[in-house]
Amino acid sequence: MFEVIAFYTFSILTIIMFGIVVFSKNALYAMSALAGGMIFIAGFFFLLEAEFLGVVQIIVYSGAIMALYAFGMMFFDTTRDVKENIHYKKVLYSLSIISAVLIVVILSAPIYSANIEAFYPSVMEGVGNTQMVGLVLFTKYLIPFELAAVMLLAAMISGILLVSKRMDINLTEEEHDEVEGEIV
Amino acid sequence: MITLTHYLVLSGILFSIGLVGVMKRKNLLMLFFSTEILLNAVNIGFAAVAHYYGDLTGQIFAFFIIAVAASEVAVGLGLLVLWYKKTGSTDLDTLNMMKG
Amino acid sequence: MEKYLYIALFAPLAGSIITAFFAQFPKTLFTGIFTSALIFISFISSMILLNYVDVGTIVHVEMMDWISAGNLSVPFGFVVDQVSVIMMVTVTLVSTIVHIYSIGYMDHDASFNRFFSWLSAFVFSMMILVMSDNFVGLFIGWEGVGLCSWGLIGFWYKKHSASWAANEAFIMNRIADLGMLMGLFLIYWNIGSLQYDVVFAQIVNLDINIVTWIGIFLFIGAMGKSAQFPLHTWLADAMEGPTPVSALIHAATMVTAGVYLVIRCGEIYALIPEVGMFIASLGAFVAVFAASMALVNRDLKRIIAYSTLSQLGYMFVAAGLGAYWIALFHLMTHAFFKSLLFLGAGNVMHAMNDELDIKKMGGLYKAMRPTAILMSIASVALAGIYPLAGFFSKDKILEVAFNDGSYFLWFALFIGAGLTAFYSFRLVMLVFFGEKVHEKLGFHPHEAQPFVIYALIPLAALAIVAGFFEHSFHEFTTQLLVDYEFTLDHSIALVLIFATSAIALSGIAFAVYKYKRGGFSEKIEQWGVYKLLSNQYYIPKLYEEGIMKPFTTLSRFAWKSVDVRIVDATVDMIASVIYGTGQKARKVHGGNLSSMLRWMVVGVIVLLALAIFYRPMV
Repeated sequence: MFEVIAFYTFSILTIIMFGIVVFSKNALYAMSALAGGMIFIAGFFFLLEAEFLGVVQIIVYSGAIMALYAFGMMFFDTTRDVKENIHYKKVLYSLSIISAVLIVVILSAPIYSANIEAFYPSVMEGVGNTQMVGLVLFTKYLIPFELAAVMLLAAMISGILLVSKRMDINLTEEEHDEVEGEIV
Repeated sequence: MITLTHYLVLSGILFSIGLVGVMKRKNLLMLFFSTEILLNAVNIGFAAVAHYYGDLTGQIFAFFIIAVAASEVAVGLGLLVLWYKKTGSTDLDTLNMMKG
Repeated sequence: MEKYLYIALFAPLAGSIITAFFAQFPKTLFTGIFTSALIFISFISSMILLNYVDVGTIVHVEMMDWISAGNLSVPFGFVVDQVSVIMMVTVTLVSTIVHIYSIGYMDHDASFNRFFSWLSAFVFSMMILVMSDNFVGLFIGWEGVGLCSWGLIGFWYKKHSASWAANEAFIMNRIADLGMLMGLFLIYWNIGSLQYDVVFAQIVNLDINIVTWIGIFLFIGAMGKSAQFPLHTWLADAMEGPTPVSALIHAATMVTAGVYLVIRCGEIYALIPEVGMFIASLGAFVAVFAASMALVNRDLKRIIAYSTLSQLGYMFVAAGLGAYWIALFHLMTHAFFKSLLFLGAGNVMHAMNDELDIKKMGGLYKAMRPTAILMSIASVALAGIYPLAGFFSKDKILEVAFNDGSYFLWFALFIGAGLTAFYSFRLVMLVFFGEKVHEKLGFHPHEAQPFVIYALIPLAALAIVAGFFEHSFHEFTTQLLVDYEFTLDHSIALVLIFATSAIALSGIAFAVYKYKRGGFSEKIEQWGVYKLLSNQYYIPKLYEEGIMKPFTTLSRFAWKSVDVRIVDATVDMIASVIYGTGQKARKVHGGNLSSMLRWMVVGVIVLLALAIFYRPMV
């Protein structure tokens, strides 16, 4: 019972939030709604007994990524309403409706069900979700884990490079006054 | 009772909302938001499948999707900032050097 | 013995191919001497084979399998039997002499090397024609000589009239070849093989109508090659080519290919005497027809060309009436004296700076004594005076006509003999004797180089003595060919001989008498008959108006309305459709990210639709 109520509540809220993200004219509102939607998605994860995933969702998505977006917003003029003129409204709406209908039809029809086996069973007596995730992550999915680490490193470096200025000057080795005079 | 189908339909609806946003938005930043919606919708789907079949693979996949989304945002925002500094607008229609 | 066959066959080909590499270079004497030597080797081989072939000993080789498709098996096979060895010797002998002559004649020509390449290629094709043992090989040689004739008539291709004449010859030949192909198809369809021995053995089993049609179709092919009426106009126009070409092709070899075909298929024609009678009648008609046109012509080579046409008519009369060996005999002797005549005419042309109008010559005897003597010998042989070669062969033909009971044919040939004598000596008198018109016009004639004269002497010798080989020739060829039964009384035969000689001599005497006195008056050129004859009975004009103009109109219509409008338009439409589609599809790549994202969603929808409606499993 509790599950049903929670599911419907969260789903309606999530849909409303994401609706605001998509249809709002104000960037700030959109960003805030996105953050809210992320939190509700984490709620879904908790509902699905994927606690570790839920926590990660809150920390990474709502925490780090939304913070990134907030910093990014600093560069743009957020008071201005974004003017958007769309050329082909009809095309747009028809495409969206068709795709929505198709997806829902596909997903609601019973398709494969018979012969699915679990490779990495999630329920073990006395062991929580986090431990299970850790077990699988560091044994079976070790290589993707390492690769993901490398990818994050690359992203970080590229992020720094993209927006930095004056990379040719090494601030720590120079004299204090020279550096002072040259800061733009 | 909530079955897998419910979650999958929810995931589908959220995905469609994301698609609409992708098609509709002209501001680059808003476009990124819509992309985030897409990714999250898919995450819900993976987690639901993992729950209902008792398999951890779905959750692990969702992890990696989150990791990828994070790095994508980092790089994407960096590029966006550079573009804004260069051209002074974040309108999508200015991004047409690949024409033809 | 087989190696002699291969040597005789392939020596000309070797000469032609090797010389072809020199074709673009300026004159190198090596090519002339090399090809002449190779043809001479071919001649020696032919003579050896002539010696060897006897009753029961013929040389038959099968070189390799060529077509082997289903029931049709056509190998490359060659046979040297009595008939083909006579043809081989004739062809190679005349070819050798013509090659040597050409070294002198084409001396100043820039395309010296190319000439010898074509000439040797022609000899090779002719050898294939006569040596083949099946109809398809014959047809290949047939087409080959047609092609080389085209190349040689149009040798000076920059001259418009030469190209035109070459095309005319080739196209007329092609039209006749259609008839020949029909004949070949009928033979294959009914008998199942195209080998001579098989065909001739089985031809008696066929329905007489089919055999008649086969005979008619094969003769149509022969008509084109041997320039019988109505496909005769190309022979006179073929004189545009160099004189050695006229001597070789249009006197001795190619035009006799048609006669060879009829002789070779004697066993077919023996079954259908009505077709034979038709052939003979046509031959007699052509004999008189051509002789009449030669009477008034002023062009040196054309007179000789018409005389060739006339003699071909004689050969067809003999072949049509069943006297195949006599036709072959006349073919051989005619080759000798006609080529001699042409080559002598070439000397005269060379001396007179390629001038062809005999009314502008005259009194060349003093300046060109050897040539004059040679041409006179050839003319006497042509006229058929004892003891020269022409007498024996031509007389026999007249005997055959009388013997057969076709007195009308005999009479036509009789008149033809008189006309032949007259115009031959008209030619000789106007060129060599009489008033020296050429001096007034500023020509300075000189004799040809000595080696050219020496080359012509064997021909003259053969023109004189070849007649005495008649008896051994008869025995030799009838080992293979159907013999002809003479039922004439010996006394009647003697009377005929006297009558023929009488008319020939009177023709000569009349010509000598008239032209010594300065010829006919100018007024004769106003007569209607004269005009008719000198315009070749207006037949070329008829062809031009009746056939060529409508055909050209039809071709133009087919080109402009059909080809350009329909075919070209269709091809262009395909190209423009593809281009247009490309232009429209280009808009997808507009560079606008938004539109690209939308296209992406379209793709997603397509995939989803496929996933729903086209599920290969479940």
